[in-house]
Amino acid sequence: MSKAILVDTTRCIGCGACVSACKEANGLPQNEDTTLTAETLNIVESHSGVFVRKFCMHCQDPTCVSVCPVGALRKTAAGPVIYEESRCMGCRYCMIACPFGIPRYEWKLVLPKVKKCTMCAPRQAKGLQPACTEACPVQASIFGERNELLREAENRLRQNPAGYVQHIYGKDEVGGTSVLYLSAVPFEALGFPANVPHDPLPMYTYRVLSEIPNVVAVGTVLLGGIWWITKRRAEVAYAEGEEKGTPKASDG
Amino acid sequence: MNWTRLPKLTFWRVVLAVILATGFYSALLRFTQGLGAATALTDRFPWGLWIGFDVLCGVGLAAGGFTLAAIVYIFHLERFQPIVRPTILTAFLGYALVAVALLFDLGRPYRIWHPMVMWNPRSVMFEVAWCVMLYLTVLALEFSPVVFERFRWQRPLRIVKALTVPLVIAGVLLSTLHQSSLGSLYLIVPSKLHPYWYSPLLPVFCFVSAIGVGLAMVIFESNLSARAFGREIEMPLLVDLGKGMVVVLAFYGLMRFQDLASHGTLRYLREPSTETVLFALETLLGVVIPLAFLAFRRVRESREGLFAAAVLVITGFLLNRLNVSITGLEASSGTHYFPKWTEVSVTLSLVGLGFLFFALAVRYFGVFESHSAGAEARRQPERANTPVPVV
Ligand code: SF4
Repeated sequence: MSKAILVDTTRCIGCGACVSACKEANGLPQNEDTTLTAETLNIVESHSGVFVRKFCMHCQDPTCVSVCPVGALRKTAAGPVIYEESRCMGCRYCMIACPFGIPRYEWKLVLPKVKKCTMCAPRQAKGLQPACTEACPVQASIFGERNELLREAENRLRQNPAGYVQHIYGKDEVGGTSVLYLSAVPFEALGFPANVPHDPLPMYTYRVLSEIPNVVAVGTVLLGGIWWITKRRAEVAYAEGEEKGTPKASDG
Repeated sequence: MNWTRLPKLTFWRVVLAVILATGFYSALLRFTQGLGAATALTDRFPWGLWIGFDVLCGVGLAAGGFTLAAIVYIFHLERFQPIVRPTILTAFLGYALVAVALLFDLGRPYRIWHPMVMWNPRSVMFEVAWCVMLYLTVLALEFSPVVFERFRWQRPLRIVKALTVPLVIAGVLLSTLHQSSLGSLYLIVPSKLHPYWYSPLLPVFCFVSAIGVGLAMVIFESNLSARAFGREIEMPLLVDLGKGMVVVLAFYGLMRFQDLASHGTLRYLREPSTETVLFALETLLGVVIPLAFLAFRRVRESREGLFAAAVLVITGFLLNRLNVSITGLEASSGTHYFPKWTEVSVTLSLVGLGFLFFALAVRYFGVFESHSAGAEARRQPERANTPVPVV
């Protein structure tokens, strides 16, 4: 059981209430940012008249969590992917790896942090819903159990087949995300990457990482073996040379 | 009177001084004003020159260390002994500078030790961090006999020498893991890295090309050392390394071609794009032309020919790593990254420091001493005494 957010872009009116609410909840300055930044963790974009909000997708098997060498990012059972600042060493691998290009960095600071939406994990802990879904005046974003939201999304697709692209973005992308999108126009047109695989990305590296013990074991045996054989060969060659060289050997 | 004590002003020393001075300024900027002020990095392009060149290329160029150590101590091709020390020194300096570059690049460099206690074995970066730490230690130990000899510390010398083979084996394993892991880093971005460079075999390519460039580096640096320190060049050895390089390059080239063909990537070659140009450059310079060159015996066995081939291989290698880490990611990032001068100057300073420390080590330690002569003499009778079963 984990929480999720369903964003129905056909309902969004682009008012930006979720943006201000997000900033307020996270103590960030209200500004005129037009893309995600370290000070704007949720943004409403307009793609030829269609509004779509962008923020962390809270993947089911998050790439950022798998790549962080120090475990600063974590997927909680409740759904949110959260960040523990005190562990982070700032390698920014999470930023490279995120298939949706979400994490931001505080480039201007001498001691920067990674910034991204936390699905208001602190508010959720208090039993509240995220600030953004609470603020949305038209329920374009709603908060709930992922299963239930998926069912709701499927209902909408069924009831209004002409009004939607028959796809729930986030249902299967990179193994599924905790933020789900519905749209009337193709998702690429809204700036979503269309080429993301449906397997969780961590698998791509895990396949290789799981080979390490084998590489080490086989490698040690192989190298040790070669060392022993070539050494013996040299010794034999040396001994043979010695034998030929000594008068006794040539006598016999 | 005291003037004679001061180092002579030569062209290269002045260049080095200028580079280091600007580098120092850039370092100040980096550590007092932050990454934003000192780099061209952005949220869309969070890794730049320091990762792409200093780390990826630096580690690759240090690959001569484990290759040669394996040749001499594992395969017992002992005639390569005379070039082991300078190569290990190069590798050690290379890795040390990679660690320094990481200190510049990490947002919170003082937490560089975190991976030691905060584990995430699912992360390639975690593997990279451990490989850097462990292999740097191994390299330091592999080079330490030179230092112990200088100060005549017999006991530690004996201990390290006794440990040579296990150390070399550990070094080869760590290098294998590390070289390949730098490719694995990018396995996680299948939707971002251009198909010319993305492949499930990326770790293997990184490993194989590192061996190739490691050999090229040995040839390259033997030539430079010969010139700089007025030494005889070990041509027969280098010619053999050149042959090894041909084998590795040919293998690498075939593997990559097969991989690209099987993924249907070759069709991109018909599209004129920056990626196509860079890919073609990388392949021609780093693989095709050197192979064509080295096919001729006259080239292969001449000092200039071999040197030129090595330089080409190194250039192609650098292009490849920069393509994987920078250019190949640009299209999907939607921005353009070009390093700021401060980034370039830090990188140049690190390279300059590498040369400086190499020269200092050569001056104060027996890097080029063919200690093998003495060791050989001592080893022979010892070997003769060991009972050798007659087959
Ligand atoms: S930048 Fe921080 S949170 Fe991101 S991968 Fe590196 S250590 Fe982890």
